[in-house]
Amino acid sequence: MPVFGFKINKPRVIDYDNTDKRILNYLLANEPSFNSCIFCGSCTATCSAGHFTDFNIRKLKMNIRRGLIDEIKDEVEKCMLCGKCFLVCPRGVNNRNIVLKVRDALTKIESHEL
Amino acid sequence: MGKKVVVIGGGITGMEASVQLSALGYTVTLLEKENQLGGHLKDWTVLFPNLRKGHEIVSFLEHGLRLQEVNVIYNAHIKSIQKINKQYEITLDKKINLIADAVLVATGFDLFDAHKKEEFGYGLYENVITSYDLEKIFAQEGEVKTPSGIKPQRIGFIHCVGSRDEKVNNHYCSNVCCVTGVKQAMELKTLIPDAEIFNFYMDMRMFDTHFEELYLESQKKYGVNFIRGRLSEASETIDKRIIIKVEDTLTSRPLKMTVDMLVLLVGMEPSKGTKEIAKLLNLKLRESGFLRPEDDHTLSNVSNMPGVFFAGTCSGPMSIKYTFTDARAAVTKINCYLKEYELQHRILLN
Repeated sequence: MPVFGFKINKPRVIDYDNTDKRILNYLLANEPSFNSCIFCGSCTATCSAGHFTDFNIRKLKMNIRRGLIDEIKDEVEKCMLCGKCFLVCPRGVNNRNIVLKVRDALTKIESHEL
Repeated sequence: MGKKVVVIGGGITGMEASVQLSALGYTVTLLEKENQLGGHLKDWTVLFPNLRKGHEIVSFLEHGLRLQEVNVIYNAHIKSIQKINKQYEITLDKKINLIADAVLVATGFDLFDAHKKEEFGYGLYENVITSYDLEKIFAQEGEVKTPSGIKPQRIGFIHCVGSRDEKVNNHYCSNVCCVTGVKQAMELKTLIPDAEIFNFYMDMRMFDTHFEELYLESQKKYGVNFIRGRLSEASETIDKRIIIKVEDTLTSRPLKMTVDMLVLLVGMEPSKGTKEIAKLLNLKLRESGFLRPEDDHTLSNVSNMPGVFFAGTCSGPMSIKYTFTDARAAVTKINCYLKEYELQHRILLN
């Protein structure tokens, strides 16, 4: 139902200077193949979870790069860890381990270790 | 008497072609508008893809010219070119007349003038520089500093400045800027290991041998970040840093970022000299302003004027490797022509 008056939208712009790079830095230290990604999307194309849900691992990696932690939390749980994305990657990015390490990082953030 | 060839332009193409034509026994005169040879190569410190020194190539070319004792005329400005029967008479402003049985045009490129993309802030904001300016910073050696005098912690590179852009009337790709961006990013990262580097690209065009490997190395070993998106506009903060706005096309969201220094990867345009010579000789041009060969597949280097050939970046953007190849290819065509074997006589069936 339309509401009278105005509301304020959260800006969609990614303000890179003020986003949270903790997960990014954790990944760069613990899964260096993350750096080789060229975001071609072959991982997403082969993704088992992505065929039944809106899980998009390429986008997940993109959001990690940009430091958009809020967009990561729910997403990373959708992965079934089948590892097909690693098999298909032309740059040898260990996507499966990236998911595991992101889960680690999120736990560490919650327990204030990161 | 041996036949005479006049080579116009003393960059890589002109130097290499002069050496080889001379080695084939022709009397070569090389015309250079400046007081030294080497063209743009003089200003390039380190070259892709193997990071060798630019001056090594210059000395290779100079050595060749010395061995062949090629006649070089410096500060040469051509006033007119007359076709007399099968020969060309070239008049310089120093009242020198040259007769040529064949002419090789090797007038090269000019760098795109980044002032034309006013929205990118070149000339307005001191910490917006071009890839050419960055090369000069590298040439000084020592610590890298921004024009404001600080050690940059975050640097942005903008690909395709003056290339693939209808707004500046350059529809073509300049071929070498993508890999230059990767090379310069790696050099900066070597000099400032804790710096963050972001390359903003439309497409990464890594077409040649080792380019893709260099791109991968820049990510793997140097951690250079690549963001697909074209700069819309740059603005300046109160402390002279640069705010850039792009669409991060792979997340489908606008993105803004502050950098300490912004490097514009400027492309190639037909040089002023190329335009002048084309006019003097009535040479055909492409829509882009580069020289047009008689046939793109079978007659590269061959112009519409008999006895006039061209090579190198006056015919389109190319890297040093292809410039050498093109210069040498033009030499065989001139050799054939002067021995009265003309490629044009071969019939192209359609």
